Amino acid sequence: MPRIALEPRFQVEYLSILDSDGNLDTALEPKLADMDLRSLYRAMLLGRRLDERMVRLQRQGRIGTFAPTKGQEAAQMGSVFSLRPTDWMVPSFRETAAMIWRGWPIEKLLLFFAGHLEGGQPAPEQRDLPITIPVATQLPHAVGLAYAAQYRGDDVVVMAYFGDGATSEGDFHEALNFAGVWHVPVVFVCQNNQWAISVPLKKQTHSRTIAQKALAYGLPGIQVDGNDVFAVYAAAREAVERARAGDGPTLIECVTYRLGVHTTADDPTKYRSEAEVAMWEQKDPLTRFRAYLEKRNLLEEGLEQRVDDEIAEAIRRFEAMPPANPLTMFDHVYAELPPDLRAQRDEMAARENTAAARPDETSTHQPGATPMRGQRLTRR
Amino acid sequence: MVKALNQALFQEMERDADVLVLGEDVGVDGGVFRVTDDLQRTFGSQRVIDSPLAEAAIIGTAVGMALYGLKPVCEIQFSGFAFQCFHQIENHCARYRMRSQGRFNIPMVIRMPYGGGVRALEHHSESEEQFYAHIPGLKMVIPSGPRNARALLAAAIRDPDPVKSLYHAAKEEVPDESEVIPIGRAQVAREGDALTLVAYGAMLRVALEAADVLRAEDGAAVEVIDLLTVSPLDRETLVTSVKKTGRAVVVHEAPRSFGPGAEIAASIMDGAFLSLEAPIRRVTAHDVPFVGFAREKANVPDVPRVVAAARETLAF
Repeated sequence: MPRIALEPRFQVEYLSILDSDGNLDTALEPKLADMDLRSLYRAMLLGRRLDERMVRLQRQGRIGTFAPTKGQEAAQMGSVFSLRPTDWMVPSFRETAAMIWRGWPIEKLLLFFAGHLEGGQPAPEQRDLPITIPVATQLPHAVGLAYAAQYRGDDVVVMAYFGDGATSEGDFHEALNFAGVWHVPVVFVCQNNQWAISVPLKKQTHSRTIAQKALAYGLPGIQVDGNDVFAVYAAAREAVERARAGDGPTLIECVTYRLGVHTTADDPTKYRSEAEVAMWEQKDPLTRFRAYLEKRNLLEEGLEQRVDDEIAEAIRRFEAMPPANPLTMFDHVYAELPPDLRAQRDEMAARENTAAARPDETSTHQPGATPMRGQRLTRR
Repeated sequence: MVKALNQALFQEMERDADVLVLGEDVGVDGGVFRVTDDLQRTFGSQRVIDSPLAEAAIIGTAVGMALYGLKPVCEIQFSGFAFQCFHQIENHCARYRMRSQGRFNIPMVIRMPYGGGVRALEHHSESEEQFYAHIPGLKMVIPSGPRNARALLAAAIRDPDPVKSLYHAAKEEVPDESEVIPIGRAQVAREGDALTLVAYGAMLRVALEAADVLRAEDGAAVEVIDLLTVSPLDRETLVTSVKKTGRAVVVHEAPRSFGPGAEIAASIMDGAFLSLEAPIRRVTAHDVPFVGFAREKANVPDVPRVVAAARETLAF
């Protein structure tokens, strides 16, 4: 019997529209209104400035550990920009810029990173899941949301975020497989930032691309220049339209780079060279987009200052928030508090009352983050 | 048992279009134990979903469906396979209400058979409820017979929080009309004043038979408590009983150390210490991994072991 090619259709494309030297493929350039271009740039800039500010807040002990987004603004904004508010967004833990675009107030995110669960509560009508930390475990949730939307007959697309490291997890493969079999409206956005903490992509997978992993599950996969906001947006819009039309899921691999630390508890000088970082700084997503807007005369005067003011105002609101009431830890365990848990709550209430009656002693619920090693604790 | 669970699913799916069934072989095949027999024919393949073979994604996608407002009922074929979805249960299913500060709840049910007596290979007959009992935000029911299994499954499906339901094979006449038992309440299966026997699931029958022996041979009126819900534990019923009897023996099929028996004994100590006439004894499986069904009888509690522990407690 002969050997025959069963699947000659496999093909993985790479998409780049605006490269780091400023070259623009005008045939592929997405048709975005001036207002949209300005909004996109503003959101990317806000993501960058907030990120830098948050690193300082963390070093000062005013928030806890977090995962900075620096360098990944185009991958996040280009993709999330293609969603409607009625669509669902499923983040991982590094999507600060995209989450703000989706309506999370900055002060709420700061509150979250200061150890208050209230910061992770989506607004009543907001169709966003809170941050998920165990790698790739949010991806089956996205598939379930998409199945439920399809079951109800709702016009909804789900977009889920994860990194290159997540593609080694079983949940990633199970989610893609279920999404393919069920043919549900979900878009998987991989921010391939080259490093899963200290493990480089070449030690994470032997595949040439992450995008090609989609093909094994019968879905289209595309690799894009993740630092090119136009390429990301074009691929995301196409995937979202495909999902909305009932044509199933897509995997988008955004090739980008984490310019900063994995989290504020990480020291990347241990595992990667400064030359590598410098090389990627040349491909900074903001620089090329800014140059493009400048050429088209779309840059807003004084934008940096306005963005910084907005951040400063949000930090003021965050720091003016009342300290956490420890008793509320019992409020959201079950719909109804079981008797034993009620007794545990009463015990705590009695302790808190005793502590309040002795004001000279330190209360058990001072606000402020737990200091990291080598970091001083500043009380809010 | 299987028929009773099947009835509960039919009844709840007819009541509420948001109830979906999801798992391996639950559709055309009706489940490996036939719990979902005929459901797909009645409610269609969109509501009774034959999923690919992946426990984590069954629970994970069900979490997503529940976040959207549906009420998925997942079947895991054996509790021994549930460790492949344990992270989805512990990290997400049980935590979403807390993580989202009440914005989301997870009204889903996870069903799986547990326990010995099935003469099958490893991972088909273990008793591993202790892992789930330790998860805040999750509830766990373990019915002792078909009638309360049907009523507890109906309650679990209607519950706004995630409920794990473990069941074993058993036979019992079940009335036609539907019933619902509130989650979180134990039942006094038999009244008595000499000693309290605490059991649940398949061990209830063992406890009742041991009580028969103790009445016939020792003239002791033993009170038997059927927990029904393991978590959250109904401490009040336990304490009330032991205040009356002064003695307690706990029976479970799970290994002893850090098992439900320890929590039950501690709860009785907390609530009824001054009434206790004897130390609380535990009759459980031994702290060994799966022993093979050829040795199962020596490992799982049986009537003679429960009777012996009860006699020691009565004579203390």
